[in-house]
Amino acid sequence: MTAIAAAVPPAAMPGVVKTTYRDALRAAHRDALRRDDRVFLMGEDVGRYGGCYAVSLGLLEEFGPERVRDTPLSELAFVGAGIGAAAAGMRPIVEVMTVNFSLLALDQIVNSAATLLHMSGGQCAVPLVIRMATGAGRQVAAQHSHSLEVWYAHVPGIRVVAPATIEDARGMLWTALQDPDPVVMFEHVMLYNLEGEIAETAGATDLDHAAVRREGSDISIVTYGGCLPKSMRAAETLAADGISAEVIDLRTLRPLDDETILKSVAKTHRAVIVDEGWRSCGLSAEIAARIAESALYELDAPVVRVCTVEVPIPYPRHLEEAALPQAASIADAARRLVNHHG
Amino acid sequence: MPSLGADMEAGTLVEWRVKPGDAIHRGDIICEVVTEKGDIEVESWLTGTVEQLLVQVGQKVPVKTLMALIRTEGEGAAAVPPAPAPSAPAPSAPAPSAPAPPAPTPPAPTPSAPLPAPQPSSERTRISPAARKRIEAAGLDASTIVGSGIGGAITIADVEKAMSASQPAARAESEATSVTAIRRAIARAMARSKREIPHYYLSQTIDMSRALSWLERENSARELPRRLLYSVLLLKAVALAVREVPEMNGFWQDDHWIGSDAVHAGVATSLRSGGLIAPAIHDVGGKSLDEVMHALQDLVNRARSSGLRSSELSDPTITVTSLGERGCDSVMPIIYPPQVAIVGFGRVVEQAWAENGMVGARRVIHATLGGDHRASDGHRGALFLRAVDSLMQSPEQL
Amino acid sequence: MNEQELREIVKRTLHRIAPEVDLDSIDGKTDLREEIDLDSMDLLNFFVALHEQLKVDIAETDYSRLTTLDGCVQYLREKTGAV
Repeated sequence: MTAIAAAVPPAAMPGVVKTTYRDALRAAHRDALRRDDRVFLMGEDVGRYGGCYAVSLGLLEEFGPERVRDTPLSELAFVGAGIGAAAAGMRPIVEVMTVNFSLLALDQIVNSAATLLHMSGGQCAVPLVIRMATGAGRQVAAQHSHSLEVWYAHVPGIRVVAPATIEDARGMLWTALQDPDPVVMFEHVMLYNLEGEIAETAGATDLDHAAVRREGSDISIVTYGGCLPKSMRAAETLAADGISAEVIDLRTLRPLDDETILKSVAKTHRAVIVDEGWRSCGLSAEIAARIAESALYELDAPVVRVCTVEVPIPYPRHLEEAALPQAASIADAARRLVNHHG
Repeated sequence: MPSLGADMEAGTLVEWRVKPGDAIHRGDIICEVVTEKGDIEVESWLTGTVEQLLVQVGQKVPVKTLMALIRTEGEGAAAVPPAPAPSAPAPSAPAPSAPAPPAPTPPAPTPSAPLPAPQPSSERTRISPAARKRIEAAGLDASTIVGSGIGGAITIADVEKAMSASQPAARAESEATSVTAIRRAIARAMARSKREIPHYYLSQTIDMSRALSWLERENSARELPRRLLYSVLLLKAVALAVREVPEMNGFWQDDHWIGSDAVHAGVATSLRSGGLIAPAIHDVGGKSLDEVMHALQDLVNRARSSGLRSSELSDPTITVTSLGERGCDSVMPIIYPPQVAIVGFGRVVEQAWAENGMVGARRVIHATLGGDHRASDGHRGALFLRAVDSLMQSPEQL
Repeated sequence: MNEQELREIVKRTLHRIAPEVDLDSIDGKTDLREEIDLDSMDLLNFFVALHEQLKVDIAETDYSRLTTLDGCVQYLREKTGAV
């Protein structure tokens, strides 16, 4: 199955193809499997079923059962197997259905994957990529909808990335596979169907820098993952109101790219942090603290956070929507910071 | 907050150099304050242990505000603070804070209250950190700015509005803040002098040829860094002349003259940025010429880089102003209150000079005395100037 | 050390004494005492600084030769044997 080729529209600019976030991820897998025979993919239903979110659809047929492996329903076991394979010289990609289930493998990730390089005195790297879906919006209720990225971003020894654009969906995997440390990659469930254009030649992207997705001068919206498109829409609305918002896509949640964040705050003097995680002890708290530590005297207003309401994600659509950051609530928060009159 | 000049009303604390628990000695520098005369290092008048610091860095407080508690040796833990240091000087030292400036008007904090470090008031103006930085940089007064931010906070936009509203004034102010402050200090001191002090003036032309020839010989034998300036001879001569006419040295306070044993000569020093200050070289009479030269060099350089100490500013007992080689022939100087005399020297000029029936070309200098007629009379003033003259004729004795 | 280097040293030294003056705008023949307001203490500091940097002795009787930029450079060339 060649989704990208099939999707080429007649009117596309030369060298540019229309694709989706999901297809770009699949292209990244195909590329990695072709380029490096140490790379293999395993996880629940990644083979015959094509992956819970259809990322690996067609890869079993193309690369065979040795390299696209369905595993038993035990996160602890197959993540652990991936760590062993990585330590033994392979370049495994392990897919966990969602971050919610990854907690069953937390011991393997935090106690083994994150520590081995350190505890072996640099002898035993774990070049493993663990991919997992995250976030809410598909009405799959609390046990399938949480955003627990910060649980991993807390831990030294692993890198945590969150591709939020088609370019990063296409480009982050290969770079992650080159990292000697385990990389946890979060794919927001609402991004898989994201459509857009990408250069035919698009390839690996870096994992070190946050990206300014939209330049602005009045306020910095700092976000990542599933909240990026919402923040971009909010910035669009704000522009209509005469407020110039800069949108920062963190891309990598650990280590954080302080420089890009602080540079933006130094320019706009105001910051809204948008995080689908909960606010208490969340990634938003960490970013706010760093801004306060290093850019306090650049601030012209308090730092504001737009996060998920502190409840388990509700099932009914209207409650789920109400619980999550939305373009409207992001724009409201930004407006309050910029247009205050005493 | 010590008075670092007769007309100083308040100072802003820039830095504490000590912390509670530190042992300090009389003369140690305990903090740095900024006044209209620049940054001044404040010395302790007491020996003891720092008990508590009461003023915070950045605070502007009136003269005589209690700034710190110092426990002197043998004293129990101070429940009641010692009297504000500068108001109780040792007998040998002139009271630097006198004459008392007009009592600070409210809303200044009560100087005598030994309160703990001030707590931020709950009615503190809300200012965003970025706006605060700009307000300080621009030297604006936050209380004049209306805040439009959350909770009425002052924001960058408010500061910019305030700056553009007072653009020409604000710009001039920020460019020349220190200069205007010094000008104001000079204005106050000089106006007070002319208002209160009945000056009399005397002048004497002093033959400088012996002194200058001696100095040239002396300097030709010296390495460049050890050479003397002739103003050192003049300073020393003034200090020694005071021994003969002590009324010239000291202060006029509360309707009577208070003398000083030591001669702390204020040296009128012009600043490159404009303005004039007259910090003291301590005990000029007790110093050798080399020591006076060293002190003068040090003092002038520090005055020009704003590094003076509190005692240097607060306690000159007589002032000397020398116009230097590019000045005019003579100067009618104005006494710096509460001092009682000022000696002015014009530039050295060569002129025809008759002596013993012969006319020759001599290098001379016009010395002028401005005296406070409340403290001395012209006759004593004349004796004083003649003493300076005669001392200059025996430079090797200086 | 060539003349240009000497001139730079002289200017740098003067700059420390009169930091607010644009030395590039000063004519080499103007009297520095008048032009940039140097008093006897400034001049002494200037001479001492030159003495320390270039290890030249400057007699007091020579002071008058060092009152212009050109004069300083010329004098220091003679003293240091610079070309």
